[in-house]
Amino acid sequence: MTLLEIADLRVAFPGPSGPVNAVNGVSLGVDSGQTLAILGESGSGKSVTAQAVMGILDVPPATITGSVRLRDRELLTLPRKQRDRISGEEIGMVFQDAMAALNPVFTVGHQIMEVLRVRRGMSKADARRRAIELVDRVRIPAAKDRIRDYPHQFSGGMRQRIMIALAISLEPDLLIADEPTTALDVTVQAQVMELLAEIQRDSGMGLLLITHDLGVVAEVADDVAVMYAGRIVERGTVQQIFAGPAHPYTEGLLASMPRVDRRDEQLYAIPGAPPNPARLPAGCPFHLRCPRATDECLVTLPPLQALPADRASACHHHEEVLGATQR
Amino acid sequence: MPPSDDVVLRVENLVKHFPVKGRIPFVSGGVVKAVDGVSFDLRRGETLGVVGESGCGKSTLARMLVGLEQPTSGAVRFGRSVVHQARGRELRALRRRIQIVLQDPYTSLNPRRTIREILLQPFEIHPDVLDRRRRVERIKELLDLVGLDPSLHLDRYPHQFSGGQRQRIGIARALALNPDVIVCDEPVSALDVSVQAQVVNLLERLQEELGVAYVFIAHDLSVVRHISDRVAVMYLGKLVETGPEIDLYEAPRHPYTSALLSAVPVPDPAGRGERKRILLAGDPPSPVNPPSGCRFRTRCWQATDTCATTEPPLAAGEHPVACHYPLAA
Repeated sequence: MTLLEIADLRVAFPGPSGPVNAVNGVSLGVDSGQTLAILGESGSGKSVTAQAVMGILDVPPATITGSVRLRDRELLTLPRKQRDRISGEEIGMVFQDAMAALNPVFTVGHQIMEVLRVRRGMSKADARRRAIELVDRVRIPAAKDRIRDYPHQFSGGMRQRIMIALAISLEPDLLIADEPTTALDVTVQAQVMELLAEIQRDSGMGLLLITHDLGVVAEVADDVAVMYAGRIVERGTVQQIFAGPAHPYTEGLLASMPRVDRRDEQLYAIPGAPPNPARLPAGCPFHLRCPRATDECLVTLPPLQALPADRASACHHHEEVLGATQR
Repeated sequence: MPPSDDVVLRVENLVKHFPVKGRIPFVSGGVVKAVDGVSFDLRRGETLGVVGESGCGKSTLARMLVGLEQPTSGAVRFGRSVVHQARGRELRALRRRIQIVLQDPYTSLNPRRTIREILLQPFEIHPDVLDRRRRVERIKELLDLVGLDPSLHLDRYPHQFSGGQRQRIGIARALALNPDVIVCDEPVSALDVSVQAQVVNLLERLQEELGVAYVFIAHDLSVVRHISDRVAVMYLGKLVETGPEIDLYEAPRHPYTSALLSAVPVPDPAGRGERKRILLAGDPPSPVNPPSGCRFRTRCWQATDTCATTEPPLAAGEHPVACHYPLAA
């Protein structure tokens, strides 16, 4: 059974000149033990998708339609209280900015213990024991002493670990990590990604990873959904997508990435900039930047079509793209 | 224009210490040794990449190179001038020759001025560079050079541009007075992946056409590799290794360089698990109280007692390394 199933998710916010459609019909599934990466640039709707699943968008002003099912339970129509219960216990969340996600006036131990006492009804002593275990689990040295420290007393990487400890404290089935390593230095990023992967292996949770970083995706993801202008434009396994993308946007992204392990003489640059979600172009939202665009692309929005080998692409010319990129 | 051996900017033992406010009034809390003895030569028309993690002092270095920050000691030499000793006419001339492009294109352009006003400003500060009547023509050329349309963009305000376009405007402004050196401090790290490549390609093309030299400061090792002729690796205020791009990336000699390179995720899942990764323990130590001897020893897997007592110097040469036990090349 699929752990998380999102179907035709749409999210809009009111804007000064009509609604801003941040997410325009996203469907995807995450299984237990699977890592699905949503790859996209700023404004692609990847974070809003995650926030809609987590239930942390304010409705109104946002309007959310479609379906988000966790273990066959529809989340979008649940009353607030039940929804919050599921969000807290079955979905763990890790954000980019740990300083903003943790409460600065309480010790980290207090914050972890509070969750355990409220949700699990643990005694203070049990909660403390478990909090120390969790902080130790995320490889923070001297966990017993460090739980008495406040968030500002930790370095960026250590704070990110605290947030991971907090996120896994109730043993969730699904962990949603929104740019978990973007603010970290590369040596620390490697440590945190390693830790996340290890915890996932041990616990068998599903991991929904939101990121703009192709390198991180290539290192940890099983499957990838590429988002552009609020839609999934390509979906497949990480091997499929990196070895031979089926959408010109993915193709362009891969060609525009400089690599540390070799020197390319010239980078391909995707022309233009990502579109403003308040003013999406007609037809395919990528056509203004696409070298393969034809008249059809200017008028008809390509649906996400299933391709052989269980992958999908939202491009009228996916066969041509695949033919060019497949090695 | 290929880089030459002609040195355009010489940095000699540059040091910047910032005092830290102590807990007790009138008693010093020590100093942050942000930059602690950095030396290098920048050759005409080349790109020197400077990489390092946050807090290693790379932005303080950038600010000193263009004279925005007064060094505690050491010197930045440009021709016969010393950047921080020059006054009056000499200083104005220097400022023309050394320009800077900053990371955040959203805060480095004045929001209340049009692009025309922003680009004319360098000529108002240095009126002798170009006759007043020819300036508008020149800024149109500049916009054209960085890939913007003068007829469309000249009278707009910064907020009407995307991040990538704003960075192009910042580059046009830096180029206005025909500098010899542009210091780029994280010029593409605030941009989306698809836009980064545009700006990187633009910087490369401009160098080819104009022969300007870049000091390219960034934390992204992949971008630095792509754009640099030579690379310097910085750790806690010091350079630990410098060398030609290919040597440094293919055969790093300092353990820190090696660990840094191995930590960069490679966008190729085929090699996953086969790449050997050196996971460094912990975070960089505080620059207020850096470790004795070699500053990297607290995170280094091959540190010995010698490393704790004796600081390894960065020798001269083509590919020097500041380590007692450099890795085999």
